[in-house]
Amino acid sequence: MTGEPPRIGDYAVIGDGRSAALVSNRGSIDWLSWPRFDSPSVFAALLDRAAGGSWRIAPVGPARSERYYLDDTNVLRTRFRTETGTVSVTDFMPAMDEADKRLLLLPENELIRLVECEEGVVELASRFDPRPDYATRRTVVRDCGPLGLRVELGSRLYTLRAEVPFAPSPDGGVVAHARLSGGQAVGFSLSYTAEGPAVLGPLGDFARRKLDATVDWWRRWAARSTYQGPHRNHLVRSALVLKLLAFAPSGAIVAAPTTSLPERVGGDLNWDYRYCWPRDAALTARALFGLGYADEATAFVSWLLHATRLTRPRLGVLYDVYGRAGRRELELGHLAGYRDSRPVRVGNAARAQLQLDTYGEVIDAVAQLARRGGAFDRETRRMLAQFGAYVCGHWSEPDSGLWEPRGPRRHYTHTRALCWAALNRLLDLHAAGKLPGIPAERFARERDAIREGVEAKGWDTAIGSYTQVLDGDTVDASLLLLPFYGFADPASDRMRRTRDRIAERLGAGPGLMYRYEESRPGTEGAFAACSFWDADCLARSGDLAGAERAVADTLRYANDVGLFAEEIDPATGEALGNFPQAYTHVGLINAALSLAEGHEGSGARDRDSRLTGPVEERAA
Amino acid sequence: MNLGSWLLWGFVATVVLTTVLAGSQGLRLSRMNIPYLLGTLATPDRDRAKLLGVGIHFVNGWLFSLLYVAAFHAWGSATWWLGAITGLVHAGFVLAVGLPVLPAMHPRMAGEQRGPTVVRQLEPPGFLGLHYGYQTPVSVVVAHFLFGAILGGFYSLP
Repeated sequence: MTGEPPRIGDYAVIGDGRSAALVSNRGSIDWLSWPRFDSPSVFAALLDRAAGGSWRIAPVGPARSERYYLDDTNVLRTRFRTETGTVSVTDFMPAMDEADKRLLLLPENELIRLVECEEGVVELASRFDPRPDYATRRTVVRDCGPLGLRVELGSRLYTLRAEVPFAPSPDGGVVAHARLSGGQAVGFSLSYTAEGPAVLGPLGDFARRKLDATVDWWRRWAARSTYQGPHRNHLVRSALVLKLLAFAPSGAIVAAPTTSLPERVGGDLNWDYRYCWPRDAALTARALFGLGYADEATAFVSWLLHATRLTRPRLGVLYDVYGRAGRRELELGHLAGYRDSRPVRVGNAARAQLQLDTYGEVIDAVAQLARRGGAFDRETRRMLAQFGAYVCGHWSEPDSGLWEPRGPRRHYTHTRALCWAALNRLLDLHAAGKLPGIPAERFARERDAIREGVEAKGWDTAIGSYTQVLDGDTVDASLLLLPFYGFADPASDRMRRTRDRIAERLGAGPGLMYRYEESRPGTEGAFAACSFWDADCLARSGDLAGAERAVADTLRYANDVGLFAEEIDPATGEALGNFPQAYTHVGLINAALSLAEGHEGSGARDRDSRLTGPVEERAA
Repeated sequence: MNLGSWLLWGFVATVVLTTVLAGSQGLRLSRMNIPYLLGTLATPDRDRAKLLGVGIHFVNGWLFSLLYVAAFHAWGSATWWLGAITGLVHAGFVLAVGLPVLPAMHPRMAGEQRGPTVVRQLEPPGFLGLHYGYQTPVSVVVAHFLFGAILGGFYSLP
C-alpha cells in the first residue's frame, strides 16, 4: 500500500456481536478478527500496511468518498464519486433474530460487501489479501470455482465468494476488476468456518435479503431505546457501538475491538483492549439501563457475576468474553504498528495488577440491577458478602488504580472512594432486605473510616481540591466521578472547587481534558471519557448550560460517522488509541442522561438516590 | 446373535468413533462433523441439527455395527484385528465413495460443479473429505479403526 495511512478516525466499525471489522473511508477492511473479538486477526493492515493484510474494494483512480451508517444500524455505506460515475459499497456482518436463524443455514461468521453503481460508469478494483494469525501465516488463496476462493489453515477455512472473477496478484493475494454501469450490482461474501462443513451463502438476491434482515434487526433494536433527550442521534450511535461490542453469547462487552492503536502516534502506549474490564461495570450498567436496554444491562451484570465467580473474592482486572483471565501479553515484533507505533501487543499485562476500585464498580452495577427489581440467589449473596469482606481487609493497600499505570502501586483517592462506594452499596442492599447476613456493623465502620481518610488526606487545602493520591498535590480527572458514585455531592463546595481545579490543570481546550497531570502535549492525547465525566458532573450539580456546552464541545471530535476513540489529539483533533472505545461512548451516554434528567427536573433524583435511602426507595 | 453384546459394544464403539471425530475437530485437524451433516438433513438450525444429528448418528452406529457383527458371525470369529480391518475397509468406503456422493443425497449440500443455492449451501466434502481439512482422512481412518477394533475385541459370539 502506498500513500499516507488512514487516520484512526478514518475508520468505521461493523460487527455482529461476536467479532468486528474496521473499514477505512478508502473502502479497505484493515482489521478483522474471527471468530471472536480477541481472536487473531485475518486483516491487520491497521497495524502494518505492508504485511498485515487487507481487503479493499474501491474505484480505480481518483475518487472522493463519503460514508454513513444506514439509519439506526451498524450497516456501513461508503459512496465513491469518480469523474465517470458514483458507486456505493455497503458493508455489514449479518445479524438477525434467533428465530430467523433457525430457518436458515448460516456461516459461523460472515462479512458481506454489496457494491452498486448508482450512476455513470465506474471501474472497480478489489484486492483480497488475507494474512491470518496476525500475519504470521503464509497463505495460499485457492480458486475452487463455484465453491469460491479458499484459504485453509488446518481445519480453519476462510471462503470468499464473489460475483466477479479474481486472479492471483504478484503482490500477494488476489485481485478482481469490474466495470459497472448505472444500476449494476455485484456482491462479495467472506465467511469463516472452523466447527464443521462451511456454509456457503449465495450472493445476489439472497445476500440482499440478508442486508434487509440485518437492517431490520438493528433498527428494531435501536427503536427499543426509551431515550428522548438531547443528542439522541449520538446516543443511538453510542448504543449501537455498545451493542456491537457486546459478545452476544455471554453479554460481556469488550472495551474496544482493536489492539495497539496508539495513545501517542509513534509511541509505545499501545494496548490490547479486546477484553472486558469489570471496572467499567457501573458506568456501563447506568448507560444501558438509562437508555432503556434493561435486557442488555441485565445480561452484562449477570455475565459479570458469573465471570467473577472464578476468581472471587479477588476480582480480576480483565476477563475475556467467556469470563476467563485475559491472555498473557505478547509483543508482535513482526508488525510495524500503526504509523510505526511499536510494539504491537496482544494480551494485556494489566490482568496481573491489583485494582481495588473494581469492587466499587461491580457492586454498584449489581446494586443498579437490584434497584430495578433484580433478586440474588444465595450464591450471589455470599459472593457479595465476600467482596465486602475483601474490601474491608484491603482498602488501605496501595493499588494500580483506574489508569493502571505500569509503575509502583499508590494510594489513589479514586480507588478509596470506590472502596467506600462498594461498602455503601452493600449496606444499602442490606437495609433494603436484599442482602441479609452481612456483617453490617463492620462494613459501616470500615466505610466511615475510608471516608474519614479521604476527606483528611485526599483533600489538599493548598490547591483546594481532592487529589489524585492521598497526601498528594495533583489532580486527576477520575475525581469527577465522585458524585456519580455518591461519594461527593456535586454541588458541594469541595466538589465544585475540585472541578474548577481539574478544568484549570487538565483542560486541553474546549471539550478536551487530560486524564492526569503527567499527560501533557506530546505524551498522549486528551482522554475523551473525562470530558464527558466533566459534563456529567456539571449536569449533576445543576449547571445544565455548562453541561450542555461541555457535551457539545466534545461531540465535535466524533468522526464523520459518530465514533470516538479513547483519546483525542488536542493539536489536530485526531482520534488516538483503540477504536471505537466503549468507555468513551458510555461516558457520552451518561453525560447526556444526566443532562436529560436535569432538564426534566429529575437530576436530583438519581443523585440523591445514591446518597440516601434504601435501595427499594430508589425505584420510585 | 448376542443381542445384549451388540447393543452394548455397538454403542461404545459409536461413542469412541464420535469422540475421535469430535476431538479431531477440537484439535483443528478436520471440520468433518457427522452429527451436523446428518442433522442438516432435517433442519437448517445449527444447534438443533447438531443435537438431532447425534441421535441419528448413534442409530447409524448401531446399524453399521450390525454389519460388523454379521461379518463376525460369517467368519465364526470376532477379534480386535478382524474388527479393525473391517473398520479400515469401512473408512475407505466412506472416504472414497460415501462422501463424494453425499451432495447428491443431502438436500442442503452444494454441488462441486453448481456451487451454492438458496437451499443448498453446505460445503461438499470432496474426494476423501479433503474439503474438510487435509487431515480429515486420517481422523476418519483412525475413528473407524477403533470402531471396528472395539466391536471385534469385545463382541461375544454366542
